[in-house]
Amino acid sequence: MRETLLIVVPLAGALLAAVWPSERTRPWLLPGVAGVHVILSMWLLVSPPVVAPESWIGFDAVARAVLPVVSLLFFICAAYGVNYLSLRRERPNRVFVASLLAVIGLLSAGHQARHLGLLWIGTEAVTLTAVPLLHFNNTPRAFEATWKYLLVGGTGIALSLLGSFCLGYASLYGGGGGDMTFVSLMAQGPALSRPWVLIAWVLLLVGYGTKMGLAPMHTWKPEAYGEAPGIVGALLAGAVTSVAFTAVLRVRAVVGAAGAGVIADRTLLAIGLFSMLVAAVFLLATRDFKRMLGYSSVEHMGILAIGASLGPPGVWAALFHVWTNALTKGAMFLSAANIRRAAGSASIDAVRGASVLTPRSAALFVAAMFAITAAPPFGPFFSELRLVRVALGAGHGLAVAVFLGCLLLAFFGMSRVVFAVVDGRPQRAAMEESRRFVESTAATLPALVLLVLSAWLGLFTPRVLQEAWTNAASQLFPVP
Amino acid sequence: MNIPLNWLIGLAMGLNLVALGSSRLPSLIRTVAAQGVILGIMPMVLAGGIDWRVSVVALATVVGKGLVIPGLLARAMRAVSIERELEPIIGFEVSLLLGAGATIAAVAGARWLPLLPEHAGSLLVPGAMATISTGFILLVGRVKAISQVCGYLILENGIFLFGLLLIEATPLMVEAGVLLDLTVGVFVIGIIVDRIQRAFNSLDTRKLTALRE
Repeated sequence: MRETLLIVVPLAGALLAAVWPSERTRPWLLPGVAGVHVILSMWLLVSPPVVAPESWIGFDAVARAVLPVVSLLFFICAAYGVNYLSLRRERPNRVFVASLLAVIGLLSAGHQARHLGLLWIGTEAVTLTAVPLLHFNNTPRAFEATWKYLLVGGTGIALSLLGSFCLGYASLYGGGGGDMTFVSLMAQGPALSRPWVLIAWVLLLVGYGTKMGLAPMHTWKPEAYGEAPGIVGALLAGAVTSVAFTAVLRVRAVVGAAGAGVIADRTLLAIGLFSMLVAAVFLLATRDFKRMLGYSSVEHMGILAIGASLGPPGVWAALFHVWTNALTKGAMFLSAANIRRAAGSASIDAVRGASVLTPRSAALFVAAMFAITAAPPFGPFFSELRLVRVALGAGHGLAVAVFLGCLLLAFFGMSRVVFAVVDGRPQRAAMEESRRFVESTAATLPALVLLVLSAWLGLFTPRVLQEAWTNAASQLFPVP
Repeated sequence: MNIPLNWLIGLAMGLNLVALGSSRLPSLIRTVAAQGVILGIMPMVLAGGIDWRVSVVALATVVGKGLVIPGLLARAMRAVSIERELEPIIGFEVSLLLGAGATIAAVAGARWLPLLPEHAGSLLVPGAMATISTGFILLVGRVKAISQVCGYLILENGIFLFGLLLIEATPLMVEAGVLLDLTVGVFVIGIIVDRIQRAFNSLDTRKLTALRE
């Protein structure tokens, strides 16, 4: 019941937002619904319900390991959103608020989907619902970003449907009765037709990998993150990608049960390292601090893929990283959004002296940059350290060397951009522009809270979360 | 082995080549619409009788792929008054050759895949593979947004063909997935095309180059 409310409440909120008459009060629906959502998901985290094995939807161990952070991130972004939309009075917010609430409802459904087809429907619906969020700014550049998002994302989603069909046919060929829940697919195990399973794995990895933003299917990411409002970027990077990641994990579990786990792990490791390399190279080249966040997200999706390739302890580390990445990246997006608004541009050629224009946001931006590039004591340091130890334990010395090299390059690239923006003397025009933007507590507190949560998660990882990640790893790798 | 079904699939595969060879957008849209209608008839032929669930799939496919989406595309085309794909990235002759090659490869390659006895003589798998390849050639090889959307539709049609393998075992997956979501997806793409046109006064996706390193 509670787990259904996670889906129903935001969708009802979206309907309410669509008919809500007042532009001024409508944004308050965001924190209202998000508050209910976060309370429900934390309650479910602490006392998980019993999930019937054959159920199509349910708050199982995998959902429990990831969905609460989506909810938490959404709550903090929603609080930021009220202030953001009050600054953007010139844009009607009916569609924006309704879509945002619908996205969180559909994400909750996607995370809880235990059925191959249902999972696909959830991901597809999230992709489409996010479209109005991307072109909220209504500029030609936002349209361009939306077009690329749709074309690349649409192709990815089409391939993941084809992959789902292939996995379905693998089950049918192996004598399955047409039950496409992950539990029954895993129970079929080696009976699944091997050629079809391998075809399905490639298609599903490419399809859901596009949604995650793994290279070379990442091309939509810098465009979308560069042009969307910061709050949307934070949710895309921390929440929408995580549903695609759990999709990959759930499919990987079926492929593993079918006896092709080694091949799946090799492809995940290769695509993960490739994503990190591509991201590192582009981070060294980019001149736009919002697009930089897109490439940084590609890098962290690579880290998740590497974690997923390393068996149960690797998946544990990857789930940890989902949490730390979501919170830290959220802080980056929200502080970057403040700087972008005050400075009127996101290019390092045009923006200088953010430490003068928006001192608090600039400080948060720098701190979040150090946090996301794995400086202690923030969360990503601990989750990445964990991953490195697991990889070394599994004898992947070369992969660890590439991994650490990419992290170093990413640090060079990101610190270059961040300090170019923060340091120096602001241009006169920017000074005048920034007077219109007051750096209020409502604009800076959400990013601060996210950073504090990130550090807390790294230093004092709660017992209940560790248990949730362990349970998720053992659901994905059942002991025969 | 279902002879009428194979005829329909053969027809759809022929339309792939027509689509690859058309330089005029109205004929491309008509080709895609015709392929949609043929696809819509297939579930009825496959079921061999009148079943309400299959009829709903068939009707929705014919209406969606055959009428609604082509109508939207035609409207978008009139709005921007572009009738021709003039400088495709992959030329029409080369596209045709590639498409023919993909069709032959699909028919030959499908022999290597393990198929259930009831699907062994069917053209469903090669038809799906050829249609998906055609969709990709159009997506990559054309520059006008409307041609790319047509390519996406043909890609979708290929996936639909493949889904027909599963329609008896898991009808829900095929129904809900393909009919609802993908058509809505293209619907949204159609609206975006409309908006891009207003912003750029052109449907040339090569002009979408403001965002780059």
